[in-house]
Amino acid sequence: MLKILKTRIHQGYRTSQYPTKPLTLHRHFKGLPQVNTACRDEMAQRCAEMCPQEAIDAKKRLIDLGKCVFCGLCERISNGEFVHFTNEFAMAATRREDLLTSGAMPDLTVHRRKDVQGLFGRSVQLRQVSAGGCNACEADTNVLNTPFFDLSRFGIGFAASPRHADGIHVTGPVTRNMREALLRTYDAVPEPKIVIAAGCCAISGGPFRGSPEIIPLETLVPVDLYIPGCPPHPMTNLDAFLRFFK
Amino acid sequence: MADFLTIQNGRPFKRIQVPYLHFSEFRTNLLKLAFKGAEVVQFFAYQEDPSIKEVLMLGFNAPSRDFFSYEEEGTVQLMAVLRKDHQLFAVQTTAPETFDALSRQDMRFQLFEREIAEQFGLIPKDHPWLKPVRYHANCRGVKDVFGNDYTQDIPGNYPYFQVEGEEIHEVGVGPVHAGIIEPGHFRFQCIGERVLHLEIQLGYQHRGVEPLLTSVPFKRLPILIEGIAGDTAVGNALCFSQAMEALLNLTPDDGAKTLRTVALELERIANHVGDLGALSGDVAFNSSAAYFGRIRGEFLNLLLVMAGNRFGKNLVRPGGVTMGLIEDSRNLILSKIKELRPEIKEVGDLLFSAHTVQARFDGCGVVSREIPLVGVAGRASGIDYDVRQAFPTEKYSEIPACLHTRTHGGVFSRAMVRFEEILHSLDIIERLLQRPVTTQPVVWTGEVSLASSSCVTTLNEAWRGELSHCVLTDSRGGILRYKIKDPSFHNWTGLAMALRNEEISDFPLNNKSFNLSYCGFDL
Repeated sequence: MLKILKTRIHQGYRTSQYPTKPLTLHRHFKGLPQVNTACRDEMAQRCAEMCPQEAIDAKKRLIDLGKCVFCGLCERISNGEFVHFTNEFAMAATRREDLLTSGAMPDLTVHRRKDVQGLFGRSVQLRQVSAGGCNACEADTNVLNTPFFDLSRFGIGFAASPRHADGIHVTGPVTRNMREALLRTYDAVPEPKIVIAAGCCAISGGPFRGSPEIIPLETLVPVDLYIPGCPPHPMTNLDAFLRFFK
Repeated sequence: MADFLTIQNGRPFKRIQVPYLHFSEFRTNLLKLAFKGAEVVQFFAYQEDPSIKEVLMLGFNAPSRDFFSYEEEGTVQLMAVLRKDHQLFAVQTTAPETFDALSRQDMRFQLFEREIAEQFGLIPKDHPWLKPVRYHANCRGVKDVFGNDYTQDIPGNYPYFQVEGEEIHEVGVGPVHAGIIEPGHFRFQCIGERVLHLEIQLGYQHRGVEPLLTSVPFKRLPILIEGIAGDTAVGNALCFSQAMEALLNLTPDDGAKTLRTVALELERIANHVGDLGALSGDVAFNSSAAYFGRIRGEFLNLLLVMAGNRFGKNLVRPGGVTMGLIEDSRNLILSKIKELRPEIKEVGDLLFSAHTVQARFDGCGVVSREIPLVGVAGRASGIDYDVRQAFPTEKYSEIPACLHTRTHGGVFSRAMVRFEEILHSLDIIERLLQRPVTTQPVVWTGEVSLASSSCVTTLNEAWRGELSHCVLTDSRGGILRYKIKDPSFHNWTGLAMALRNEEISDFPLNNKSFNLSYCGFDL
């Protein structure tokens, strides 16, 4: 008992003050990319060709955050000329096309579903469905329950049963072998419900696009919120939840 | 002709150097070696590219009879890599469409043979446990071994082991679980609270990684590799990069080796700390669950400093690393370690000395060392095998082994091995980062051609245990076959064994004490 108290005192209070106080991630964090529209054509072209995710539209100078894995290759080969990855973690969008960006994201609160705030603004429970990803998205979602992020202080939680949930939070490219389980989980959530596609895989198939073993999420269920990243940083998730629901 | 080719971890060899035996001889030799205590590192099927045969023939000095007289028996090749006494042995053969299962004599081959049956449609005759591994059609379009119709949803024809009796009941769990975790199906045969048998049926995360690796442009390879298992992104990227370096004749500089070793150890610490937290949670000891949960994040943030993201993705690439380590970052890592080591020790002491924890950990889920486990679970059962010592790469030849005090094979040992490894890894990182690190960053654009008709096997001690990649190239320098083996491939059996005669309520605790990868297994 004394040990428990002693350790408790040593550990202290660790929960972040976000969003009351702003939070800045380490400058090495690769977040929202800032495309340099004045970049030379041949450099933009080279970046687009080399992009392992084929996420770059060289002509329009856009990066598709739904495909991007934030590997930073385009930044490296162009030595920053084409793009610079900022440490901005807020990147979520409610429309797929908004993820095509040169650095500015439209205001999520303007485009979100109209009923969300009224229905779920005070309390929302989500059912997480891991559908074939690499477990990084799941791990960095789970971490929201640790003391630093402490998700439950916002009235947001992850439920054990879809019957107790208001929506599903899907990660992974949706494997053929998870199709039925995903649909059954979705069906078990009572209406009205929300679908969140978190991570590059859930949005676009991610690194696994082109595999005959996966089925695009959007062909199975309607998506209300897209959270980019490979995986999304916990702060990207948290920011998305707060701006979408609150 | 020698029975096996002795190969080195991460060193390339021409495929014709590997003894090509008649199947019956291949089978006998493998069983003999396994009987002497060798373990299976890789055992998989592949199909020769039709254009490669003449190339092999040209370079082949021995009487061609040895090589080609078995051709009519089948079109699928088998390759095996075994390890014994810090040595690796390779051998290959052409597999008949139906062959006598090695598993009949030695259970170490059972899952490998099921995988071969599923991926290539070969039939391992008299296999004692012939069931699907991941539930997908075979790549040759031949009749399915399991009689499955893959337009139907998983699990298809999966004959679950069943115990019969009036008081026997069955509990099915998953694929979707109560927490934020990956999908998998568990089936318990119980008598009252006691578990007689646990069957683990996986495949839900199967996204076809291996076939993708041989069909996509090279520029996509590292991203795919890091998507095998996000919690082992550094481990997989390391296995991949070492394989590419072997096939491209690249040597990373010393600084890169240092940073890769540091990243692999940070990955290990973050996961082990997280697991200790999760184990605390599973016995309702919430203080250390919260503290370890938070401390895990500190290490993930150090990976972010090194790589730009919390999982160490996009750092390790063929030829070195993509980012050097500036002095600021080096000092930050060192000062964080200094700050966190006493915290980890204190919270660890809190956990391991609590009576309520001991009562749940001690003697729970004991696995005998007869079960061929790898990594943490293996060492917790007294199996003295650590790739960092047995087949050292990067900077590991300079680093002393981690010694373990508890090797009784149960939950307590698996937790204690993790705790000891965390402290050991902290020492490794401090030691490696004593001096400034300089390296020439590299980029991977995939504009390369690999050494033709070659092969390389790489092994690394990822945080769960032995992780191995094996790459076979064709005559044009493309990838003919890319085989991945996550440590979980060995260890899921361990979890099933641990549960025998335990209470079903101890399943979460046992599961977490192994913390195996679904996606790394399902590929």
